[in-house]
Amino acid sequence: MNMIKNIGNKLVSWIDERYDLSPVRDLLDHKKVPEHRHSVWYYMGGVTLFLFLVQLFTGILLLLYYRPGEESAYESVRFIVTEVKFGWLIRNVHSWSANLLVLFAFIHMFSVFFSKAYEKPRELTWITGFIILVLTLAFGFSGYLLPWNELAFFATKVGTDIVGVVPVIGEPLKIFLRGGEDVTGATLSRFFGIHVAILPAIFTVFLALHLLFIQQQGMHEPEHFRNLPEEKKKYIPFFPDFALKDLLLWVVVFNVLIFLALYFPWELGNKAEAFASAPAGIRPEWYFMFMFQSLKLLPAHILFIEGELLGVMFFGVAGFLWMLVPYFKIKNRPNWKIQPLTLIGIIVVAFMVIMTIVGYLV
Amino acid sequence: MELITKHVKVMAIDRRKFLNTLLGLGGIGGIFSVFYPIVSYLIPPKSAEPNVNSVKAGLNAEFPVNSSKIVKFGRQPVILIKTDDDQLKALSASCTHLDCIVQYKTDTKQIWCACHNGVYDLSGRNVSGPPPRPLEEYDVKVVKDEIVITKLG
Repeated sequence: MNMIKNIGNKLVSWIDERYDLSPVRDLLDHKKVPEHRHSVWYYMGGVTLFLFLVQLFTGILLLLYYRPGEESAYESVRFIVTEVKFGWLIRNVHSWSANLLVLFAFIHMFSVFFSKAYEKPRELTWITGFIILVLTLAFGFSGYLLPWNELAFFATKVGTDIVGVVPVIGEPLKIFLRGGEDVTGATLSRFFGIHVAILPAIFTVFLALHLLFIQQQGMHEPEHFRNLPEEKKKYIPFFPDFALKDLLLWVVVFNVLIFLALYFPWELGNKAEAFASAPAGIRPEWYFMFMFQSLKLLPAHILFIEGELLGVMFFGVAGFLWMLVPYFKIKNRPNWKIQPLTLIGIIVVAFMVIMTIVGYLV
Repeated sequence: MELITKHVKVMAIDRRKFLNTLLGLGGIGGIFSVFYPIVSYLIPPKSAEPNVNSVKAGLNAEFPVNSSKIVKFGRQPVILIKTDDDQLKALSASCTHLDCIVQYKTDTKQIWCACHNGVYDLSGRNVSGPPPRPLEEYDVKVVKDEIVITKLG
């Protein structure tokens, strides 16, 4: 034990002598995390990061057997889950982790929203976070097609057709995404490239910035904590206290993930067939359900505009405004029980939750 | 003497300006010549559309009443339906809403899209749900018991 410690120390001082590790040491020594009744939300970003790492790792493993292409994609996924040792486990973990990742990204985002952690000086942390979320959804959408099954085929048909309703750029963008007029093997090749190369590259840049900003500025202190007298503010050191708690939670999440992967395996379904009717019960992944359901409820025409177009424009504009939330100056109303921005947040969450539930019930 | 230096200075600035402009234009040209092929590469080439005017869709005798099938019409899916009263109908099977492929409901005798609950009647009119337009109709003939679908117009 002592020997390992000795070697470790020697290694660190060897590097230190050459590359000056004092900034890292300072960060580890001085970074502290506020302790208050809402501290639990500080861990959500960490969990999201952990799930992303799981995705990265299992994704690389799947890549060793997956073969894109109309004639091979479905067959290779079937091969992974039936023939390859523990292939079913890796695929189930990848699918489940993707879903949990989106879930925790949303939880993380809303917790930041409601604690107003996006306010100055953290505007760019919010914006990079929003971009990461959009990229995560793009990961989900592109990855969904890769097994080339019926559900994925029609979800992709619908999803890319929605892009087509946007005026001017919609149609060329649709053809770009599909790699042609229709969803075919060309689409699959494209989505594969997007999923395993383009998105990871862009994602890494924004994730690095996001984490860098957080390290530089430290944890956000919510208003009720900031207003406390100095001696009443409690902190825990980031290292090792917070880091160890983080690690413990990662282990818990990992166990939940394995449990889900073992007991609720993901179906592969039937192979996609370009000339077959869409099967009943077709629906997108749950995190697109609220948008899907809203579009479904819109009539074919609203005044002279196509309902679809109006819906798509609405979500586009709403998303863009959501990204710019740090720049809104909305005055607090002292006599309001709930402040305006909080109210907006509650309405947004309620809308998403209700639409999702309706989508699954109807 | 002073005049000469002044003159030289003006010249120098002009030369710098000239070179900068040249460099700038060259740079823009360089960037363009890098991005133009990349963007062009990303736009998929138009696949030669097979010019299909009619397709055969099997024997009429083997096609039961109150049933349907999806027929490949070039790159387009077409739904062929034989109604209860032994009539043949052929319509585009691509839902006008968001491009899903529709199906014939044997119980309600309607055309239904599973993706967003769009409903059409047997002549392709959008009856309920989100579809904005009717389904395009095709001509069906039976030639020596073989069903032939042709484009209208």
